[in-house]
Amino acid sequence: MSITKSAVERVAHLARIHIEPADIDKYALDLSQILDLVEQMNSVPTSEVEPLAHPQDIELRLRPDQVTEVNARERLQAVAPAAERGLYLVPRIIE
Amino acid sequence: MPWESVIGLEVHVQLRTDSKIFSGASTAFGAKPNVQACEVDIALPGVLPVMNRTAALMAVRFGLATGATVNRISVFARKNYFYPDLPKGYQISQYELPIVAGGQIEINTDDCRKKIGITRAHLEEDAGKLLHQEFEGRSGIDLNRAGIPLLEVVSEPDLRSPAEAVAYLKKLHTLVRYLEICDGNMQEGSFRCDANVSVRPAGETGLGTRCELKNLNSFRFIEKGLQFEIKRQIQLIEDGGQVAQETRLYDPDADLTRPMRGKEEAHDYRYFPDPDLPPLVVDDELLAAARSALPELPDARCHRFSSTYQVSQKDAELLTSDRELADYFEQTAAACGDSRSAANWITGEWMGCLNRDGLRFEESRVTPQMLGDLIAKINDNSISGKIAKEVFDGMWNGEGNASEIIAARNLEQITDADEIERAIDHVIDNCAEQVMQYRSGQEKVFGFLVGQVMQATGGKANPKMVNKILRNKLSGKRHN
Repeated sequence: MSITKSAVERVAHLARIHIEPADIDKYALDLSQILDLVEQMNSVPTSEVEPLAHPQDIELRLRPDQVTEVNARERLQAVAPAAERGLYLVPRIIE
Repeated sequence: MPWESVIGLEVHVQLRTDSKIFSGASTAFGAKPNVQACEVDIALPGVLPVMNRTAALMAVRFGLATGATVNRISVFARKNYFYPDLPKGYQISQYELPIVAGGQIEINTDDCRKKIGITRAHLEEDAGKLLHQEFEGRSGIDLNRAGIPLLEVVSEPDLRSPAEAVAYLKKLHTLVRYLEICDGNMQEGSFRCDANVSVRPAGETGLGTRCELKNLNSFRFIEKGLQFEIKRQIQLIEDGGQVAQETRLYDPDADLTRPMRGKEEAHDYRYFPDPDLPPLVVDDELLAAARSALPELPDARCHRFSSTYQVSQKDAELLTSDRELADYFEQTAAACGDSRSAANWITGEWMGCLNRDGLRFEESRVTPQMLGDLIAKINDNSISGKIAKEVFDGMWNGEGNASEIIAARNLEQITDADEIERAIDHVIDNCAEQVMQYRSGQEKVFGFLVGQVMQATGGKANPKMVNKILRNKLSGKRHN
């Protein structure tokens, strides 16, 4: 299975990863080879096998519904790039 | 050509836990920004989510109440998107294996009774709030809401009109409040709805291209937003156009919908199982705990009200639409032993006053015992129905219970025949002209004379006795 250049660009955009245009062909080839590997695994008969959601055979630990955290805004915002009037500030979102 | 609309709803039900779904931060509404956003909620590196058992319990309770399958094993997945309302870069949700699947809710509209399928209900975390007011070219974020547990309830596209959609939502709203898993406060965003809507020629079975409608924050906006959107799509197709699959925002001020963003990209969420969270297992103990906490459900209670309390189907539906209201009714009926009057007073006077003053049921100063006592006073002829309204207003204004107000205002009904007779004699003496008219056959003057007697007794005379004695007197007979 081969990945097109535009698919590489799209995935990079969705993941917000910057890639050099010159590298796109190489990524396309690498990703295609990974998919080929997956394709190869797809040929193994697995209809009798339960899908695996987690590699370890463990259950989710549940905690009681109790408030254990106190207000730590000042401490947490001290390391934020920007905060004002109690809010974290980010580059403006236009919608 | 007649058209049919096809609607499916996604409702985000905010679960009423004290702490967040994956952290120990508080979920209390209205706190100052970011004082309830801990390291996990703001996604500092190295933190790990730890699941809140009560959130799982509430989801199971919902599954049991809707006759759904509670999946003994369900899986949390990462829903990837970049937006600062969730600083992790993904929302923890459930995708392939939700905790609840299948189920149904019965709705009742003017036309019919209908079962609406619930495709699934899954657990996820809420996102933070973006404040669009400007901070020198930047946006502010409050992450107090990030991590509050949500149960997203997805319906089948079984709804055929805005009215059905509203009936379904109201039923769901009633249900989650009965189950005590959500406070149902729509203003505070505890119960939020998105709609998928498409149209097709009536009789066809395939689905048209759908639009997703957001910003439907009240039952009224849901109905109006859907009405507009359905009309828009029909118009578009009839004019030779095509509906584009997109997300649209309802603008209540302009009463129309606008496109929000291209759906294709927005929905490329690249879900995968969250490696931080092993599968959620609903064991026998959790299931039993959820089952034992189930209250009598709205449908069952409605049925019981109409069969054992002799109230109309319509009143039974209204009275059971809210758990507190239903409790209020049952307590009032028990206090006076007259369920029909209790229903009438509650759906009439009491709810009217609540609406007028913008109060919630639990804020009423008139307790079920007080209202029951008032009804008992009418039934034992201590006061008339008319005086009772005055007493009720007194109770509403905090003047005390019925007995206190009746005593303080001297409102006790006059049932002493001699006293009523004296008042009647007085009226007959003073209204010679009307008495003559009545005696010469003008029956309608009788009402005027009754009114005079009632006025003379300050409205306190027993109306039945006044009628009887007055009629006897006017026809020349003595009473008794």
